[in-house]
Amino acid sequence: MNRIKDKFKNITDTNLLLLITVVVFFAMYIGAILFQGKGFLKPQTFFNILNANASLIILACGLSLVMITGGIDISVGGVTALVSMCCAVYLDYKGGNVFVSMLIALAIGLAFGIVQGFLVAYLDIQPFIVTLAGMFFARGMTTIVNTNPFNVANENFVALKETRITVPGFGSVNKLGNYVPAYIEIGVVVALLTVIILFCVLRWTKLGRSFYAVGGNSQSALMLGINVKRTKFLSHLICGLLAGIGGFVYFLHVGSGSASHASGMEMNAIASSIIGGTMLTGGVGNIIGTFFGVLSLSTIQNIVSSAGLDQAWWTGITIAAMLCLFLVIQSVVMARKQKTEK
Amino acid sequence: MKKSIAVIMILAICVLAAGCGRSNKAEKEQEAVQTIAAAEKIVVGFSQLGAESDWRSANSKSMKETFTSENGYELIFEDGQQKQANQIMAIRTFIQQEVDYIVLAPVTETGWDTVLQEAKDAGIPVIIVDRMVDVSDDSLFTCWVGSDFELEGKKAAEWLYQYTLKEKIASEEIHIVNIQGTIGASSQIGRTKGLADAVKANGWNLLAEVSGDYTQAKGREVMESFLKQYDNINVVYCENDNEALGAIEAIEAAGKTVGSDITGGEIMIISFDGVNESAINYVLEGKITCIAECNPLHGPRVQAIIEALEEGKTPDKFAYVDEEIFSANETVKDLTIGDTVYPVTILQPEDAK
Repeated sequence: MNRIKDKFKNITDTNLLLLITVVVFFAMYIGAILFQGKGFLKPQTFFNILNANASLIILACGLSLVMITGGIDISVGGVTALVSMCCAVYLDYKGGNVFVSMLIALAIGLAFGIVQGFLVAYLDIQPFIVTLAGMFFARGMTTIVNTNPFNVANENFVALKETRITVPGFGSVNKLGNYVPAYIEIGVVVALLTVIILFCVLRWTKLGRSFYAVGGNSQSALMLGINVKRTKFLSHLICGLLAGIGGFVYFLHVGSGSASHASGMEMNAIASSIIGGTMLTGGVGNIIGTFFGVLSLSTIQNIVSSAGLDQAWWTGITIAAMLCLFLVIQSVVMARKQKTEK
Repeated sequence: MKKSIAVIMILAICVLAAGCGRSNKAEKEQEAVQTIAAAEKIVVGFSQLGAESDWRSANSKSMKETFTSENGYELIFEDGQQKQANQIMAIRTFIQQEVDYIVLAPVTETGWDTVLQEAKDAGIPVIIVDRMVDVSDDSLFTCWVGSDFELEGKKAAEWLYQYTLKEKIASEEIHIVNIQGTIGASSQIGRTKGLADAVKANGWNLLAEVSGDYTQAKGREVMESFLKQYDNINVVYCENDNEALGAIEAIEAAGKTVGSDITGGEIMIISFDGVNESAINYVLEGKITCIAECNPLHGPRVQAIIEALEEGKTPDKFAYVDEEIFSANETVKDLTIGDTVYPVTILQPEDAK
């Protein structure tokens, strides 16, 4: 008994919040299987959630990183739309190759990251304002590049888009009696790699720990000899880069360019990060949590619609309730932390 | 310290309880429904693109009223909130749930090949309603039900042409602005083309075309900026009623009047749909000069197709809905497009809603 108590005492805020997220996700999913039935038992339902949200996972990872350092980035949705539109125009009108379009995506993301990071870290402007401007700029540019939505017919791109990685052992038999193997899209692999790499960096590298230090208390971080400005700059830079990658993955999933793409996606990314246990005040957060945050968010959307609550606002209301709950949990955790410090 | 852990635990339990509670309720409902009609029901998954206009709401309502459990159906309704990604996800969910039929009201024309192929592989017939899909292989969907949007546009433009002939207004005096629908939607493409062709043929002046996204708020915004840019607008072509309502607000707020007397300085409003009640009333008041109807009642038509499929018949691949053109102005009696004559339905005061 004492040992369990000790374990609880030693658990960090980050891990506690992560634990809650993971437990809630599994409870929700198991609940859906038990009570909802209707397809949740099929592994492909889960893989569909992954396929549809690969880009959101990548964006949310970048956002978590910025939030851990105490900042925010609301430009990621706009950057995603801009990346899809630029790549679509390049591939379709110019008949260019897919590899160059990836470089375009990375360059756009990186450019946003560098400019926003510079403004936030070195000119000390509020990250919310900087990235709000970034969001408007990206959305505006998207419309300037091309107003009309259109599909990309480039053969190499379509081949890449259609590439499916089958997951052995998870297939199911459909109505016609055919065996359909379970599959994931390439974007999911990119998303999982992002999660793993970022998790390792945050956990085991000096740089990774300095993100937490800056977000937790930038004054003490400064005294510890951490270059606070550089760390903040890097967090925005990586977030921008991930927005570029996420944008390309989104583009790969939808295969079209449109000014209305990814609208509101930055808000979903923020919500996922919070549900995943990242705190808006900085210093606390976990990439694995963010991953589960995204999954929870889309699982709840799936549950709401299969439960027959057909109106779209029900999804919004459920997510709002979920966010509220997690914010309450976070403030409880903070209260606990202050008590222990005393 | 201990206390706060307890609080967290309680909260966590609450979450679980809440989650289970909801699902329980849903399950009970499902069971109740199942006992009524012993699982013989035809399951229809309907992916509606959103709820942006009165037309859309009437369309959703028609589907919901048709596919009720009393009629032997179970309808799974998914609102795509104007996002194609949501609609693709909804179709994939329908496939996993093994519904009997998928009905899709697509938000845009392109980008459906992959997911429709998946539905085809799963042996689920797909019925497209309202807007069209642009796919490489027509066998990816079973059939399509909807309106001939270009014809609607032609009707509206033809009405204006006939009116100018009868009122002897020179074509170069016609200065049109077009408040377009959601860019890329079939209705927008067809209606814009109908106008563009007429502008070319008749030598009208088309001052500007900007999207109002089929909403009243956006329609008002677009009209406000048009009024600031041009002072000679005399015809506003609104690609749906909601935009027309917004445009009228903007015009009246700017101190101008709407009506059919173009030479007398009034601004003529031409609109589409004819579903919105206040739009019909505005026609009677003369604020909207004419409306090309777009019929939203797709439910019974889709039901007829499903019944035909259930009996093993092959329904027509493309089913156009018959539509009228409304006006309270009796100047133009009928329109001739191609070889067909379309009478203009003159609304009477008792048509007020």
